[in-house]
Amino acid sequence: MAKLSSKRPETLGGYIVHGIPFPAELDPDALAFLKRMRPLLIEHEYKVTYLHSYAQDSPWFAAASNKKLLASRDPDSGYTYATPRGHDMYSGEETEWIDITHRNAQVHAFTVCYFGSEEFLPETPYILALIEFEDVDTLFLTRLMGLDPDRASLDWIGMAVEPRFLRNSKLKPTDVYFLPKN
Amino acid sequence: MRPVYTVTGGVSKFAKARNDKTFQALIKEAYSDAIDDIGLDFQTFTSIVDGSVASYFSDHFTRQLMAGIMGQDYLGLCPKPSHRVEGGGATGGLCFQEAWKSVASGHMDVCVAYGFETMSHVETWKGNEFIALASDVSWDYPVGGFYSGYYAMMVTRHMKEYGTTVEQMAHVSVKNHINAYYNSFSQKRNRYTIEDIRSSTMVAWPLTRLDICVMSDGAATAILVSEEGLKKLEDAGAHIKRPLVKITGIGRGTDAMRMADRPHVDYDTFMRDYATEQEKDSEATKAAYKKLWDKGTRYPGVHSFRAGRTAGNMAYRHAGIYDPLNELDFIELHDAYTSSEIQTYEDLGLCTYGEGGPFAESGKAFMPGIDYGLALKDEPVCAVNPSGGLIACGHPVGATGLMQAVFALWQLQGSIESHFGDPTLQVKDAQRGAIHSHAGTGTYVTVTILETED
Repeated sequence: MAKLSSKRPETLGGYIVHGIPFPAELDPDALAFLKRMRPLLIEHEYKVTYLHSYAQDSPWFAAASNKKLLASRDPDSGYTYATPRGHDMYSGEETEWIDITHRNAQVHAFTVCYFGSEEFLPETPYILALIEFEDVDTLFLTRLMGLDPDRASLDWIGMAVEPRFLRNSKLKPTDVYFLPKN
Repeated sequence: MRPVYTVTGGVSKFAKARNDKTFQALIKEAYSDAIDDIGLDFQTFTSIVDGSVASYFSDHFTRQLMAGIMGQDYLGLCPKPSHRVEGGGATGGLCFQEAWKSVASGHMDVCVAYGFETMSHVETWKGNEFIALASDVSWDYPVGGFYSGYYAMMVTRHMKEYGTTVEQMAHVSVKNHINAYYNSFSQKRNRYTIEDIRSSTMVAWPLTRLDICVMSDGAATAILVSEEGLKKLEDAGAHIKRPLVKITGIGRGTDAMRMADRPHVDYDTFMRDYATEQEKDSEATKAAYKKLWDKGTRYPGVHSFRAGRTAGNMAYRHAGIYDPLNELDFIELHDAYTSSEIQTYEDLGLCTYGEGGPFAESGKAFMPGIDYGLALKDEPVCAVNPSGGLIACGHPVGATGLMQAVFALWQLQGSIESHFGDPTLQVKDAQRGAIHSHAGTGTYVTVTILETED
């Protein structure tokens, strides 16, 4: 059995305390002593629910919930963004939607996350990857599934992959994820 | 633009948690050190200073909006002019440059740049989440994005493109930690080996915990003046050290928030828009780049920071620098990750793109006279992060770029021994240095050149 960690985990949370130690009389010595107090730390929870609009990017999420992967393209130059944007950064023109669900795709870069933001800690280890698509000029950040995180290898870069879609859409970019292509 | 000098600065003790002081009192700690260092008292300096620029990254860490004005009033600077700047990890570098603008434009003769961050107010993983909110919250963060993950993806691509190794990255960590061993201001003072770095806990493959900077509480202050401001301070009794340290180069660059959106330009575009003057003049470099592009490399992709290259080129042009490796005596470089220090060697033209890994282990960026326990092939040429950088000194975001400015000032004044209590990290005869501040996945980058005045 593996040895226990040398440190117990530190967490927030604790007792509610009434009656903080404090001098009974505020004579000059007691007032001077206050400079030697350790700081008081209090917990404060702050929770917010936002009404977040996907605005002009909304069709991408609607498409993913219908098992389609969309991209944005400048109608004149054909410059194509795997992560959608409403206007092309070179011409300033409004982009058009195209379907890239069945484009050839491969891993451009990746990592295995053993830690993460608090929200994603329960999902570790997970694989993040940037995907490149045939005839698409930019990349797409996604989760890569179907691989052993403990066998990470630079050979994964260039691996052919294909999209899979959640059956029950969450309207998040993770509605699509990628698997090595069979 | 008028000549601008930085004449004094202060850095608070950086620590994982500074629960002993509010953020205002932390700023005061650094501010008082800056004033004490030139021998002025609080009231005299207050009567002379024209205004300030405040620097902090995240309102989330303090759970306080408009914290800048709370620093301003704690320092007794109201009703003098001030504003807050924010640009992720580059906030401190941007703050220093905004203070430069205030003085160079003639708007102020004496301007204080102060910055802080108190990251200990939340647990590390909540802190990671706050920092990750500085990525696209529609497309990057919800996928499980966090900054160590983003940088790990960049370096896997760098490794694939250029053959960079984890051992080369570990050389950066060993160097910066051992440098910090001699810096009394640093948060971590440890002597590590390559094996220590690699056997440390894996955070995001291939980056281990010792490849990554830590979260910190801390503050820093730099005071910038015009020639008239210098006279006002000295007429009031300030002892300004000589040689004077002048700001001679200002550069900034930007890139898309989502690194997935970065372009992949061809060879001709790279040579025209991004190559350094030195690279453009070198047939060997052009041939090496042509070979890289023929092999499939495109720029900047996710392996390089065109914001850093743009900022460096701009600052070098301003300061008249052609060969940065040989014309800079040191660089305080934003090493949030060992991998990003390697990427930045290339962006700043210390070596060509693709050579960052071999450069890291060559010894050229190490300090002379320090035993790193490594077999280094080359002699030191330009010390990178002689202070220990973010990896060892800590990274209280809004203070970090200003900490770099203060350490650079002390290098150029030749006063490292009196501030660090140890002469080991003094770069001998330092006459010109650079500070490099970097945000996000390379979204805002500043490069500032400081040099001694003849």
